[in-house]
Amino acid sequence: MSSMLSIKDLHAAVDGKPILNGLTLELPAGEVHAIMGPNGAGKSTLSYVLTGRSGYEVTGGSVTLNGEDLLALDPAERASRGVFLSFQYPLEIPGVPALTFLRTALNAQRKSRGEAEIAAPAFLKLVREEAARLKIDFEMLRRALNVGFSGGEKKRMEILQMAILAPRLAILDETDSGLDIDALRIVSDGVNAMRGPDRSMLVITHYQRLLDYIRPDKVHVLAAGRIAATGGPELALQLEREGYDKYGAAAA
Amino acid sequence: MTAARGLTEADLAELPSRRDEAWRWTDLGSLVREAIAPSAKFEAPVQAGGPFGSLRLDEIVIANGRLNWWPEGRLSKGLQLREHQTPEPPVMADDVPMARLAARNAVDPPVSILKFEGGEATAAVVRFVSRGDGAHHARLGVVVAPGVKAALLESYEGAGEGYFSNALLEIFVGEGASLERVVLVDDTAGSISASTAEVFLASKSSYAQCILTSGAKRQRSECRVEHPGGHASVRLDGVYLLGGKAHADITTVVTHAGVDGATDQLTKGVVDGQARGVFQGRIVVQPGADRTDAKMGHHALILSDRGEVDAKPELEIFADDISCAHGNTVGALDEDALFYAMQRGLPEADAKAMLTQAFVGEVIDRIEHEGAREVARRWAAQQLGAAHDL
Repeated sequence: MSSMLSIKDLHAAVDGKPILNGLTLELPAGEVHAIMGPNGAGKSTLSYVLTGRSGYEVTGGSVTLNGEDLLALDPAERASRGVFLSFQYPLEIPGVPALTFLRTALNAQRKSRGEAEIAAPAFLKLVREEAARLKIDFEMLRRALNVGFSGGEKKRMEILQMAILAPRLAILDETDSGLDIDALRIVSDGVNAMRGPDRSMLVITHYQRLLDYIRPDKVHVLAAGRIAATGGPELALQLEREGYDKYGAAAA
Repeated sequence: MTAARGLTEADLAELPSRRDEAWRWTDLGSLVREAIAPSAKFEAPVQAGGPFGSLRLDEIVIANGRLNWWPEGRLSKGLQLREHQTPEPPVMADDVPMARLAARNAVDPPVSILKFEGGEATAAVVRFVSRGDGAHHARLGVVVAPGVKAALLESYEGAGEGYFSNALLEIFVGEGASLERVVLVDDTAGSISASTAEVFLASKSSYAQCILTSGAKRQRSECRVEHPGGHASVRLDGVYLLGGKAHADITTVVTHAGVDGATDQLTKGVVDGQARGVFQGRIVVQPGADRTDAKMGHHALILSDRGEVDAKPELEIFADDISCAHGNTVGALDEDALFYAMQRGLPEADAKAMLTQAFVGEVIDRIEHEGAREVARRWAAQQLGAAHDL
């Protein structure tokens, strides 16, 4: 099986406390998998372990992206290999206009891959198109990234960054949280437009609602730090009806 | 011509040391134990240029304490330079030991006076150039005529190992006039330098300054403002970007003596390596100086384990119905923001540079003179190793 992302028996701890306890997951190229689970199951920890955040200590197992050991790379190197995380709580970056941040990030990734910098006109054209698609006022991009933006605007900014950076592996961490139904539709349309044979996505969510808009190929239940069940989209509906109790949510 | 003076045995006894409360973090007395010979006179005019050179403004060069070059007879209309041989003692001399030393020891001429009289010259550049390993003192008066708007772009440019440089500026801003002073301090790592500005304001005037420094072996940039109230406004900003073993001290004292005065201060610093940043900001609101509006902020980032920042904000208020606010923070770079930037692909060093540049960018954005603001921005990017201008 040709997996883009391969996670094998992953153990990870935060402040010495084990959070992931033998998580195994195969995500083939072109597929969208949902990770669902109760609070405290390790969903966000998984996203931070995959992206290399400090403080998230891998104590066992392996993670490869297209066969390359992801855990040996720093966060920036992982990003330039095509790993993108849409943050549950996007950071505010005072003093750095969104456009500048995006151009700097894109060019840093291109440089790391040995590609030439993108020319300013081409960059602006690209951003204008994607911003229009996500109904983001272009003028907003001249302001400091996420400073004073609403929750919905921040999530749209995340998807805009994803569209510009065109990752191979996109991890969406609770992208639906804090979105009203219109914003959810815009964000989901933006994500769906990026589905393709060379791109895989991990959609982390607590609620089934998002999966009405972003239809997953598979649904995994994460409980107590490992995958407790895997199924098709119908599993999400079942979880919505029955809750996470049978996966031992209370213990988490 | 008067014989140049360096630092004599008698001068040594007057150097401020940690025994003086105002100099506790910038001890010159224990650093300089022996007399220092006068700095050599430059044989030729200093080449045009300096950090503000690209702006093509009238340029006055003071090299090793002496007036070295200025466009004599060709100054832009509205600008005057006079050489003054019999100066008055500085008004604040008793309080300020370095100002007193500068006034006593500056020669050739004892003081130059630069006057903005209105007209086409709205900005001028003054370059204090230091070379070699001697000691020198300089004194400059700056006068802005009533109603005139002017900018003074001031640079300290060091070369050589261990000079001792001491400058005194006395600044008079007339009624309804305004002066913006942008100061770029680029001393050498081995130098000891002090610069003191004494600022006197008339009513309805405004005075703004931004000190930008990369430090020295020991360095003090001090500004003292006599604030008359009377709808005059003052902005005192600063940026220190320090690495290695650099030391920089930004000290300000603003004395509000009359009603309806405003002061707004923002200083930010970034300290790496074993460097040390010092900020002392004092605002005094004298009895009767009612309706004073004063704000003071100092915020510093320490990027290393051995960096140090010492801050002393002081508000002394003896009047009623005033508004005074101050904030002081010293911390590390926001780890969450750093991770966020790296997750987007910025290598760690670039991400740090971008975030620190943005941090101090808030101060630089307040510079009103567009050309000087760009110079300051490029300077910060260069100091922080940033890949891009923000």
